[in-house]
Amino acid sequence: MLTRRALIASALAAPAAAQVASSFDLGFADNGLRPTSRAFPQKGEMILQRASPPLLETPLAVFDAHDFTPNDRFFVRWHYPFPTTIDPARHRLRIGGHITRPLSLALADLARLPRVAIAAVNQCAGNGRGLFAPRVAGAQWANGAMGNALWEGVRLKDVLALAGIKAGAVAVRFGGLDAPLVEAAPDFEKSLPIDHALTDDVLIAWGMNGAPLPLLNGFPLRLVVPGWYSTYWVKMLDSIEVLARPDDRYWMAKAYLQPANPLADIAPGAPAGPRVPVTAMRPRALVTNIASGARLPARPFTPVQGVALGGDHGVAGVELSADGGRHWVPAQLGPDHGRYSFRRFRGGLALPPGRHIILARARNAAGVEQPLAHNWNPSGYNRAGIEPVAVEII
Amino acid sequence: MRLVLAPLALGIAAIALIAAAPPTRRVAVTLPDAEGLLPERYGVSSEAANNNCLACHSAAMITAQPRLSRVQWGETIAKMRNVYGAPIDPADDKAIVDWLVAD
Repeated sequence: MLTRRALIASALAAPAAAQVASSFDLGFADNGLRPTSRAFPQKGEMILQRASPPLLETPLAVFDAHDFTPNDRFFVRWHYPFPTTIDPARHRLRIGGHITRPLSLALADLARLPRVAIAAVNQCAGNGRGLFAPRVAGAQWANGAMGNALWEGVRLKDVLALAGIKAGAVAVRFGGLDAPLVEAAPDFEKSLPIDHALTDDVLIAWGMNGAPLPLLNGFPLRLVVPGWYSTYWVKMLDSIEVLARPDDRYWMAKAYLQPANPLADIAPGAPAGPRVPVTAMRPRALVTNIASGARLPARPFTPVQGVALGGDHGVAGVELSADGGRHWVPAQLGPDHGRYSFRRFRGGLALPPGRHIILARARNAAGVEQPLAHNWNPSGYNRAGIEPVAVEII
Repeated sequence: MRLVLAPLALGIAAIALIAAAPPTRRVAVTLPDAEGLLPERYGVSSEAANNNCLACHSAAMITAQPRLSRVQWGETIAKMRNVYGAPIDPADDKAIVDWLVAD
């Protein structure tokens, strides 16, 4: 006989049978509930934004526990399908275009160049898009489309030197193994100005936090462009083309463009005006130990901690405010892993019982500070303002 | 799979010639199933959206979006067709948008 107790038990058991794990409320104005998934290869629990091609977001709490985001919690973003079996011994990196010696390099060839490692934040240009007001279309990330890793490999400039760049080169274009299903769709390719491509900090990396890149993060090789948004960090890198003319293909000329001002800021509904490619990141601080809307017990000082990035310069300071930005107190900065790395911070605010808004703002070594008001653009790029965290002290 | 070195302890000194050798072992993974079909909404059929929208991306790309206007969704369909070459039957546009805004 089916008892009431058995009915309730079976109803409770149903989600597990359907393999529904937990869910996250990303705090958007609407439609912010997402399931989590542990089903993706080489990944732990991730916020599932889209299964195919995968968009996987890192829960903010992961950043609370690490300077370097674990590989199995690092965010994932693909535009197109990609191979799921890769033999690194057979992988080749082709170098062509405006050079003197076309090359096809194996990983073993790259291994003969000087090896370098650099700590750098990899952040999607659309990180935080779901928090834009008014809302805009696109991948609806909260602030977990970013991570920090120690990237290991060789310098791009050393690889380009093997090929011999001809005079008159203006840019270098990069492509990977991902490819659209529909032939008419534009292959995903990005390019860097030649001067940027030849700096010491741009790497071709095979290592991430001491292990090979996870396949979903670009195994066996990816470009690393510290300080710039991850759209340039081409995954499964297999082609490099030196250009004698500016890159006029879709992904540079038509996509990933922002209004041509430093904050990529226009009034909602205003004409977009001139647009330029998104490039360097902005300084940001994110509180990671308190979820907005939390209720916390009263303490002499409420601990506030998080991670900061400086964009293309190091983090110079993080300050906290609980009075709308009238007064700021400095937070203590954690270990310095270099100018492009996350820098953790922790501090405290004296919060009496009641409702409060906690603000954390970062400033970088170039003196750029996070604005109190959020910037807006119709593509949801370059979110730069201070993220308010609402708490109730009880 | 090798475990992560303790990068926390490496600090700034890590930015030197310490990188490990490139990988040599083949990697083969299996991706999980996608989200399946889009559901009917308030009696509005999702058939046209299912037939035209799920070949290139799974359903969550659509269901995760904020509420958008008919004009905004029309622009999105045009972008999918004109930029990404999606073979969306123009005769289905109205039925697709009807479902998208039945939110």
